[in-house]
Amino acid sequence: MVDLLSLFMNSVFAGNILLAYFLGMCSFVAISKNLNTAIGLGFAVIFVLTVTVPLNWLIFHFLLAPEALAWAGLEDVNLSFLRLVIFICVIAAIVQGLEMLIDRFSASLYAGLGIFLPLIAVNCAILGGSLFMVEREYTFIESVVFGFGAGVGWMLAIVAMAAARIRMRYADLPYGLNGFAITMIVTGLMAMGFILFSGISL
Amino acid sequence: MKLTRTKAFKTFAGPAWTNNPINMQMLGICSALAVTIQMNTALVMTLAMTFVITTASLIVSIMRKIIPGNIRIIVELAVIASLVILTDEFLRAFYFEMSRMLSIFVGLIITNCIIMGRTEGFAMSNPPHLAVMDGLGNAAGYGSVLLSVAFLRELFGSGKIFGYDVIPQSFYDAGYEDMGFMLLAPAAFIIIGLMAWLQKYLAGVEDEA
Repeated sequence: MVDLLSLFMNSVFAGNILLAYFLGMCSFVAISKNLNTAIGLGFAVIFVLTVTVPLNWLIFHFLLAPEALAWAGLEDVNLSFLRLVIFICVIAAIVQGLEMLIDRFSASLYAGLGIFLPLIAVNCAILGGSLFMVEREYTFIESVVFGFGAGVGWMLAIVAMAAARIRMRYADLPYGLNGFAITMIVTGLMAMGFILFSGISL
Repeated sequence: MKLTRTKAFKTFAGPAWTNNPINMQMLGICSALAVTIQMNTALVMTLAMTFVITTASLIVSIMRKIIPGNIRIIVELAVIASLVILTDEFLRAFYFEMSRMLSIFVGLIITNCIIMGRTEGFAMSNPPHLAVMDGLGNAAGYGSVLLSVAFLRELFGSGKIFGYDVIPQSFYDAGYEDMGFMLLAPAAFIIIGLMAWLQKYLAGVEDEA
């Protein structure tokens, strides 16, 4: 239990998927202009990461990993090179399915979340989450915790950034620094703050 | 006609400098920064990216007349994904240490917005030789940013270039110290921010705030 809590804290803070591994930058830069949209996209990322990372864990460990097909009598088959394609397809399918489900059952949630779901299918944070899960050899429970934690970390970063950009709107910046450049520098300062959490162990 | 006036050269030079994909289009920064602690990894990443984007542009451009319009994104994605898998497996087979250091970031080339953007936006509507030049230009722009960030981080962070010591021992004896901060993630954000500022200042482009 303590291990899981520590994994969660690590994926939210010190190992933040955006601030420490640079994943999901495209939508981070584009969406952080507006606080409400940032919150909506943040929830969508948490949702999709929590679903896709464990699902890809199951697919990887029962279909793709070396000797994973032993249950079907195919011990020598190693399909792990297919993981990139399969993960992309799973993510796209899940996102599409979720969009249809939300549309069908909750109009208000669809209004808030629905428009962000297509954006997420090509977000590198989502694919990165699944690839990290394979590389770090998580167990199933760990993959659930990691997926959720990575999503929370990403949301924390984008919401903080959106809030900071609201305050910066009236700042008188030198020519060329406004927009992308200052966003990156502020992200750097924020990442510096998040790195300090790496000293905390539970 | 001078080389710099040809259409092919302009196709190459546009994305490589004036319309650089990282700073100006804000695309593709995702996977770029995590491999910039050393020049070595940044160089291999650049080569991988060059191979994937150029070959993907070429293949899509050759097939552009036979790809049905409504499934073109899937076809493009399939081409890109196959090339990335090829690159990943190649690195794993022949340069295992390098592939371990690049970690998941070669795989993430698939979701790199530059490649998808170039195949969809340029290769689908242009002949193969221009598509290749466009791919090379985009890769050059991407590589130049990646390698400059890696150069700064490796030089100031560990006093090395490509793993060779370049800062003389006498500097260390005189009290110079490597800046450990350069090896951490925030340094990459701040360097890229300053570079974007510099490039925007030099190029003098007016765009959104």
